[in-house]
Amino acid sequence: MSIAINKNKCVGCGRCMDVCPGSLIKLDGENRAFIKYPKDCWGCTSCIKECRSYAIGFFLGADMGGTGSIVHTEDEGDILKWVVDMPDGSKMVMEIDRNESNKY
Amino acid sequence: MDIKRIQTDVLIIGGGTAGCYAALTLYEKAPQLNVLICEKANIKRSGCLAAGVNALNAYITKGRTPQDYVDYARKDADGIVRGDLLLTMSERLNAVTARLEELGLVILKDENGDYAARGNRNIKINGENIKPILAKAVEKLPNTQIINRINITDLALKNAEVVGAYGIGIENSTVYIIEAKAVLMATGGAAGLYKPNNPGFSRHKMWYPPFNTGAGFAMGIKAGAEMTTFEMRFIALRCKDTIAPTGTLAQGVGAKQINSRGEVYEQKYGLTTSERVYGTVNENVEGRGPCYLKTEGIDKATEESLMKAYLNMAPSQTLKWISSGLTPSKQNVEIEGTEPYIVGGHTASGFWVDTKRRTTVKGLYAAGDVSGGCPQKYVTGALAEGEIAADAIARDIKDKAFVSIEQSDIDIHIEEIRSFITKKEALFTAEQLEEAMQTVMDSYAGGIKTNYRFNEKQLDIADIKIKKLYELSEDLFAADFQELMYIYELRERLVVCRSVIAHLKARQETRWHSFAENLDHPQKDDKNWRKYVNSKFENGRIKIVLRELVGEENSFEHSYQ
Ligand SMILES: Cc1cc2nc3c(=O)[nH]c(=O)nc-3n(C[C@H](O)[C@H](O)[C@H](O)COP(=O)(O)OP(=O)(O)OC[C@H]3O[C@@H](n4cnc5c(N)ncnc54)[C@H](O)[C@@H]3O)c2cc1C
Ligand code: SF4
Ligand code: SF4
Repeated sequence: MSIAINKNKCVGCGRCMDVCPGSLIKLDGENRAFIKYPKDCWGCTSCIKECRSYAIGFFLGADMGGTGSIVHTEDEGDILKWVVDMPDGSKMVMEIDRNESNKY
Repeated sequence: MDIKRIQTDVLIIGGGTAGCYAALTLYEKAPQLNVLICEKANIKRSGCLAAGVNALNAYITKGRTPQDYVDYARKDADGIVRGDLLLTMSERLNAVTARLEELGLVILKDENGDYAARGNRNIKINGENIKPILAKAVEKLPNTQIINRINITDLALKNAEVVGAYGIGIENSTVYIIEAKAVLMATGGAAGLYKPNNPGFSRHKMWYPPFNTGAGFAMGIKAGAEMTTFEMRFIALRCKDTIAPTGTLAQGVGAKQINSRGEVYEQKYGLTTSERVYGTVNENVEGRGPCYLKTEGIDKATEESLMKAYLNMAPSQTLKWISSGLTPSKQNVEIEGTEPYIVGGHTASGFWVDTKRRTTVKGLYAAGDVSGGCPQKYVTGALAEGEIAADAIARDIKDKAFVSIEQSDIDIHIEEIRSFITKKEALFTAEQLEEAMQTVMDSYAGGIKTNYRFNEKQLDIADIKIKKLYELSEDLFAADFQELMYIYELRERLVVCRSVIAHLKARQETRWHSFAENLDHPQKDDKNWRKYVNSKFENGRIKIVLRELVGEENSFEHSYQ
């Protein structure tokens, strides 16, 4: 399990780096975020929720059945949007209202 | 390498669930005290709560009493719990929940305005942002300083009393020497001792945070604190591969455990936490695997709610469903046991504390997953323990003066750090030794490989090998302070492993299937083993101490020499 950072979208704000519970993300020489220890990622998605540029996605490793889909979140106030990009180019979006509790 | 000295009235090690709540309580009870939180990550999203949680698992629902909760936890652990700790925790569960709601946590209410229950002890929430909510409240406290990205490595002792701690700043290459009148250990439990379910690229896709490495246990053990019930390992029953929780499926939509023939097998083995794991293991051993939670046929609305619930706590499971197209209505969810963890919030392993959460070492307190005797704490229990410990600290240090750390003690610590960072190369890396440790624990101390079973001969081999790995770890080399942290994490885990092995060997019965499945003593033995197995590290050896059960009528106090 790990994350992928799109360098072209990253603006180097460092928010993902600040929040990672494993201190795994660093900024490179060009002030772009990169994951220094990809095998150590817990998949908690904390960094993804911090990124205002939607530059970070997370994917399932092939060893746990991953098939190439990658997910990121978009913060829209009360709504947290989860966007899954599938390998065939299609998208799937799920919206969570932060004011709504889980039903289960 | 810089060196920084700090003095604070109270040092909280670990700004997680229990640590944050202790800070909130200290400000209420004793706002004149300076409080310092040292957190290895960043309190906004550190520890167990990083991804969010799905429900509050410990709550006294309408018509129930704290005593009911004690009875439930005692039954689940087959008697080996501390009644005094469970009761004092249970009595506070609802008040800390109300406080969480006040701070901004969304909790589901029914038509009467009461919290909507999930089963007998759980309430439903939106827990995605539970950690940022807690962190924000703590950041506002005027008396509390937070240092993020500082990994505490050791306690400072003087005359058998804790007088502070040592830490390393992983981003600023600084060694911290902290003097405090009281130290609260709130570092959570230990993951990564055993080989995980996915040992390759996804090795850290485990249930418990891989960054909770058992530092608090190890620091306590090395400081000579008494520890309890490390043999009661916690093995979680989880969704295969993603290791996402199963409670939402089992309790939320009533999904039953079935084997590959479609037979519901849970009744056959019993419904305690360990029996559910054992049943699943045994169905596989006897050729009826894989096992599943039966979700096929649930309706679309239920399915959508499930997918959302998982996004709020274990998004990888939802991603798996979406990307494979095999959503829970179409395919039952395969389940498996995780590698064993040592976690006092689920089972009873941890510091041997008194009713006020004082450890046996003066000046040191413990709360949350690092503290023993009080299983089934979960989020609210960790908060409650943080509150109890903070109460005790506020009272205990009222008239206390600082004790300074001996220069000779400081020199030893600095020298140790220097020895790791001044080497230029080493034959092994911390990562290699960690893998070796996990292989040893997996093969000889009841890991996934042996279906969690072990015998005494195997444990003896494990102990020799773990000791050797600890020796090898002395020659490791760190290129920077993050690598230095990895060396300390490895060494912490090795210290905890030795205690786990000693405890597994000491309890000569099998009280909990899978959690401590001793093949030399496969039966439960109530006559001799309705006792706590405790231990103390003395002169390089682990000394086992057996203690009689403590009930809720007791108010247990340590007597310090
Ligand atoms: C994935 C997951 C899901 C869960 N879901 C639920 C749920 O739905 N409902 C429920 O009630 N309970 C749930 N629990 C249980 C509950 O979250 C925990 O029992 C509780 O949060 C533990 O609190 P704690 O303070 O002991 O540990 P944590 O909150 O993990 O805090 C420990 C802190 O110490 C820090 N730390 C560790 N070592 C060091 C060191 N050496 N120096 C400095 N800092 C250090 C860590 O970074 C962390 O911030 C879940 C647990 C997990 C892991
Ligand atoms: S949060 Fe996003 S934009 Fe900011 S550094 Fe990280 S990846 Fe780059
Ligand atoms: S998903 Fe979590 S553990 Fe992984 S890089 Fe992001 S913040 Fe760190």
